[in-house]
Amino acid sequence: MSAPAEGTGAVDAYRAYLDHAATTPLRPEALEAMLPLLTDGFANPSGAHTESRRARVALDDARDLLAELLGAAPGEVVLTSGGTEADDLAVHGGWEALAAARPEGPPPAVVCSAMEHHAVLRACRSLAARTGAELREVPSGPDGRIDLAALAEACRPDVGLVSVMAVNNEVGTVQPLDEVARIVAAGAPGAVLHTDAVQAVPWLDVARTTAPAALVSVSAHKFGGPKGSGALVVRSGARVRPRLDGGGQERGRRSGTPNVAGAVGAAAALAVTVAERDEAVARVGALRDRLADGLLARLPGAVETGDRDHRVAGILHLRIPGVESEAAVVLLDEAGVAASAGAACSSGAVEPSHVLEAMGLDRRQASSGLRFSLGVTTTGQDVDHALAWVPGVVERLRN
Amino acid sequence: MRWHGFPGSSSACETDPVRVLVAMSGGVDSSVAAALLVGAHGPRRVVGATLKLWGGDSDSGCCSVADVDDARRVADQLGIVHHVFNFSAEFEAHVVDPYVTGHVEGRTPNPCIEYNRHLKFDRLLDRAADLGFDAVATGHHARVERDPDGTWRLLRGADPAKDQSYVLAMLGQDELARTVFPVGAMTKPAVRSLAADLGLRTAAKPDSQDVCFIRSDAGRAGFLGDRVPLHPGRLVDHDSGADLGQVAAVELVTVGQRRGMGHGTDGRRRFVTAVDVPARRVTIGPPEASYATGVALHTVAWIDGVPAALTDGRSGTRSSARPGERSGGWPASSFDALAQCSAHGAPVPCTVRADADELLVTFARPQRRIAPGQTVALYDTDRPDSVVGSGVVR
Repeated sequence: MSAPAEGTGAVDAYRAYLDHAATTPLRPEALEAMLPLLTDGFANPSGAHTESRRARVALDDARDLLAELLGAAPGEVVLTSGGTEADDLAVHGGWEALAAARPEGPPPAVVCSAMEHHAVLRACRSLAARTGAELREVPSGPDGRIDLAALAEACRPDVGLVSVMAVNNEVGTVQPLDEVARIVAAGAPGAVLHTDAVQAVPWLDVARTTAPAALVSVSAHKFGGPKGSGALVVRSGARVRPRLDGGGQERGRRSGTPNVAGAVGAAAALAVTVAERDEAVARVGALRDRLADGLLARLPGAVETGDRDHRVAGILHLRIPGVESEAAVVLLDEAGVAASAGAACSSGAVEPSHVLEAMGLDRRQASSGLRFSLGVTTTGQDVDHALAWVPGVVERLRN
Repeated sequence: MRWHGFPGSSSACETDPVRVLVAMSGGVDSSVAAALLVGAHGPRRVVGATLKLWGGDSDSGCCSVADVDDARRVADQLGIVHHVFNFSAEFEAHVVDPYVTGHVEGRTPNPCIEYNRHLKFDRLLDRAADLGFDAVATGHHARVERDPDGTWRLLRGADPAKDQSYVLAMLGQDELARTVFPVGAMTKPAVRSLAADLGLRTAAKPDSQDVCFIRSDAGRAGFLGDRVPLHPGRLVDHDSGADLGQVAAVELVTVGQRRGMGHGTDGRRRFVTAVDVPARRVTIGPPEASYATGVALHTVAWIDGVPAALTDGRSGTRSSARPGERSGGWPASSFDALAQCSAHGAPVPCTVRADADELLVTFARPQRRIAPGQTVALYDTDRPDSVVGSGVVR
């Protein structure tokens, strides 16, 4: 895809957007579905008048569709402002509900993988600091998948909440959720299993993949929906204590006037994502592999992070010795390639990757990581452009 | 607003090959520096960069998220690209850790100088070269000029009250050749006035104060106390060795300090003359005891290499405009200079000679003792606005 390069200092007008794991362009279907709710259908769905009922229908239809596509019942879908809020509600709210049911003994322990997104990792750490609950962070193997032996070690009867992501956002590795669920059930019966499925939706059969988890987080803008819209699936039997006091919307689990257009956009984007997923996985996966093989052939010493057999179609993570990723993304930007150093804080500065550290890589190795993430709008020309420009950037930084 | 020209200067020239990376702290000086560069080179030849230096709490200076926002919005206003570089690991290693260790060992390092030495004019210059920039610009009040023979000079800023050449006195030819100080020829009021004329949001922003990574409410005591144990110490008389009482934390006392040291029986103020952290002892004395006739410097840096007078002794081979040459050539291996012992201290005449790896600076008249870890900058006697070099007090 091509976009104007004004103000970027770009040496070439063509832009290859390879940062879909950060966010995706809005699907036309989502935009079309949302527009009526941003105009005539503006009303608050909680009212008792005709305008409200129209908004209510749109919201309920969106919830039904989301539920069906996520493999849940409509009443199990709690709409949130995005993935971070869904994770926060799962970790804090899920733990609080469980702790209330276990009033005796020490506060239930928490287990999470050390390569969780900060929305989970920092929620777990603040929960532990706030409540005194013990937090066990489980490392990953060099293949970028959770260390199941370490997980089994951590999952003891004192555990109340376990959070393991479905797909890692930096390196793209698919986590073995079925095995995780078996280990949790065996070692920590009664514990609630949460999965952050934010990166899984575009690439995996998310209803089936996340079925073993009682709590499932998704975020619309990662699959062609709008920003500011997400959901937490709370399966019947699991409970969450609300994090916001207010009007008691979302069956008392998430107060606040619903983002009707956001929910409708999310549902429309998810519908088209699910319908086209097999084709997208095949096509984008082939582009990703061509980009990976081409870069590995052109960049001596470069290493692909994680096991390609257990990676989603859209994400390629490379480590390029002798190249600082923070400098590389600047030069790539000038060359018309929008890529990522993996983890960026809100200011745009590149943070040392806790994901790569969780995989046992040292800080120097972790600072040479580059993530190219593809999406449904990625074209062969984008890959050609990256293959043409990335080697020159790397060579320049190595000299 | 998009601004593409600077009144009084030639406008952007698209064939101009210069690309400049301007370090934008979010303050008014670097904002105006960026604006001047955009006026001279055009927005496509200038890129702004803010350094993320500190992950901890801070409320001022170079480190806060609000400052990054200000820098980015000024860059937006000028129509230039802006990046944030995360140098926090290097900042911790080269500035914060040595600052803490220095206090534990009874020294008082200058973090601004170590920041300039290790980050702005080392790491950032390297990054700029990696990214294809010809030069790095900052908002420092200092000037870089080139002599006819090609030698780069570091000169004081045009505003005596804001001159920052002292904190840049560790720079050498390699750095100066790639460094630009666009506001160095301006006074601070002129900088603010231009910022206001251009509508820059930082025009009225207060100058940064003190050590930027220390929160003003916690102070140095809170900052150091969170990181290392602080120890009470004895106050001892400089002359008699008599025990005069106690200080709460010997690590927080600095040589030359007057505050909190009270008065002697003679009714005159007392000054710290020595700090011995391992012995938990602070020595204080009357004003005359707080003066020293000279000081030894390590970590010596020269603007243009070791002065001839220190290498070939009696007769310097370089022009008489050079520091280090005295008309009589006596004594061997020494030269006269002006020493500045703090950021805004008055320069004092001195004689400089080399002793192994150290420099021995002898003042023409005794100076208030300078704490170990502080920097002394040397200026050219014949051209008092020109920096010769610097060193850190032993």
